[in-house]
Amino acid sequence: MIDLLSIDFMQRALVAALLVGTVAPMVGIFLVQRRLSLIGDGMGHVALAGVAVGLVTGVAPAWTALIAAVVAAVVIELLRTRGRTNGDVALAVIFYGGIAAGVVIISKSADGTPANLMKYLFGSILTTTSSDLYLFAGLAVLIAVTTWALRPRLFAVANDEEYARAVGIPVLPLNIVLAVLTATTVVVAMRVVGLLLISALMIVPNAASQLIARSFSGALRWAIAFGLVSSVGGVALSYPLNTPSGGTIVLLAVGLFMVTAVVATARTQLSRRRHDIAETHAHEHGIECGHEAIPHGDHVDYVHDGHLHAAHESHYDEHGHESLDGDPSDPSDPTDRPSTTGATGATGTAGTTRTTTGTAR
Amino acid sequence: MSAAPSSPSNVAPASADVVIDLRRASFGYGERPTVTDATLTVRRGEIVVVLGPNGSGKSTLMKGILGLNERTEGTLTLFGVPGDELRDRARLGYVPQRHTLSTSVRATAEEIVSTGRLPRIGWLGRLRATDRQIVARSLDVVGLADRAATEVSTLSGGQQRRVLIARALAGQPDVLIMDEPTAGVDAANQHVLADVLERLVERGVTMVIVTHELGALERLLTRIVVVDGGRIRFDGTPERYAAQRGSVHHDHDSHHHDDELGAHPSGVTIGPLDVPHDGSRR
Repeated sequence: MIDLLSIDFMQRALVAALLVGTVAPMVGIFLVQRRLSLIGDGMGHVALAGVAVGLVTGVAPAWTALIAAVVAAVVIELLRTRGRTNGDVALAVIFYGGIAAGVVIISKSADGTPANLMKYLFGSILTTTSSDLYLFAGLAVLIAVTTWALRPRLFAVANDEEYARAVGIPVLPLNIVLAVLTATTVVVAMRVVGLLLISALMIVPNAASQLIARSFSGALRWAIAFGLVSSVGGVALSYPLNTPSGGTIVLLAVGLFMVTAVVATARTQLSRRRHDIAETHAHEHGIECGHEAIPHGDHVDYVHDGHLHAAHESHYDEHGHESLDGDPSDPSDPTDRPSTTGATGATGTAGTTRTTTGTAR
Repeated sequence: MSAAPSSPSNVAPASADVVIDLRRASFGYGERPTVTDATLTVRRGEIVVVLGPNGSGKSTLMKGILGLNERTEGTLTLFGVPGDELRDRARLGYVPQRHTLSTSVRATAEEIVSTGRLPRIGWLGRLRATDRQIVARSLDVVGLADRAATEVSTLSGGQQRRVLIARALAGQPDVLIMDEPTAGVDAANQHVLADVLERLVERGVTMVIVTHELGALERLLTRIVVVDGGRIRFDGTPERYAAQRGSVHHDHDSHHHDDELGAHPSGVTIGPLDVPHDGSRR
């Protein structure tokens, strides 16, 4: 690792990986939420045309790619909004037109070797220049700050567009901002991940985080963690393995996804076995429901016919029999009469359920 | 001034109470309106149920009030301001018809309800302590206080519906506009939903509830509006509705056969299979 850090191009590639590993999942979670997982892929196609123009004209390819991707992003979002039936087809025309133009134009430039093309498409640790790095760092900060600042509204729009419109949140401008953020992320990632694989780094870490998270903010944190591990890990591995960095990063991300899937499945199986669900009742416990509420750790149990019921997802968990060591003068629900079979059954399991409530919640 | 006649002064305060005022409005998508000639006034404190069968245009009417579709004719006044000029749109608390919340990504009930608070905070602002309190209270009103941190896709359909009501409440609206709040909800949750609505009624919340069946709403409402075939067929108190129920529903039956028949001047229902009462041919 120390060897890796002492090499110039590796330093630059690792910094670029750090940047892209952070911002790609941040933007990607909203694409997943809007069910637009593949849109980043299309923008990568268009960015290739921008790269090609840069190579032919001698302008830094990162800048021309940025312009091409951002213009495409705005056009795509407008088409999607107008989009009657042929929006989907229009996108396909733009995407394939972009990549085809890219390949053809690159072949006309002095650097247009197949090896060079491969580096742009699938990423390479050798290609990040120091001027690229400044641009990427600037763009990454811009993406991170914008996404953070607009996060509540981007979430609201992606969650329920109609509602957002009804309460006066500007839906189209926010969607265009998200499209531009996606395009910018594509450019930041084009050196180490490659234009054909960048979309994976926006989506796969989010796919993995969705398996374990229980909230949007939690999912976002996990996705950034997965993104960082895959991007930095992928770049670091691609040097000793002598593999394209983009492919290595994405394989690592997919590997993380599969491990997470196995762990998450095992965990649900385990927790299902460990927690007891109370008998189904139409009654919903609440502040004024008439059942005594007892604080229990991080939640509240309701005394229902002598049993402790705790809200869990759409049902109630059985948290055992009402404690006997509690205040004996406890004025419990007047309807509470130890019902014969139910009470004995619960008493039998009370000891075990008590100890497992922490995991059940 | 002191000698002002009594009748206008009686009218003035009433107009200040007008929340929604529709005059001869048509709504729809494109050139063919689905709701025509709708005139409707909703005042503060009213619980208006907009009743009609599926496809009658009641949802189009409601979306028109919310500015979600095109108004081709007539005027819409919200809180005394022309509908298009209302800046503070969160005064309209919209509860859409959703059988389930979007589950494309994980989100807690609290996170969903917080989005309802957004119109009340600045662009770059974050929810402050008071906003969080309002979000918590909204969840409390709908009886989901202990499920604030629960992932919404694990909640039942009725509970998700209540999350959407809480989201609208978090915006502290002046009127709640609900689309089929009880549709597709099991009996137990219907009961809970009715309790929630009753709690809102007790708090004096103005409500416009769009539904295809009165059900549990019957004991709460103060006014019934029947929409059918894109027109308002009845508008009045529950008592008047009960008295005229037969004819109102007759209208709607005939309406499925022919648009013209419901508007028959005599008010007598004539279907294509009926023999014309007056002997004339149309």
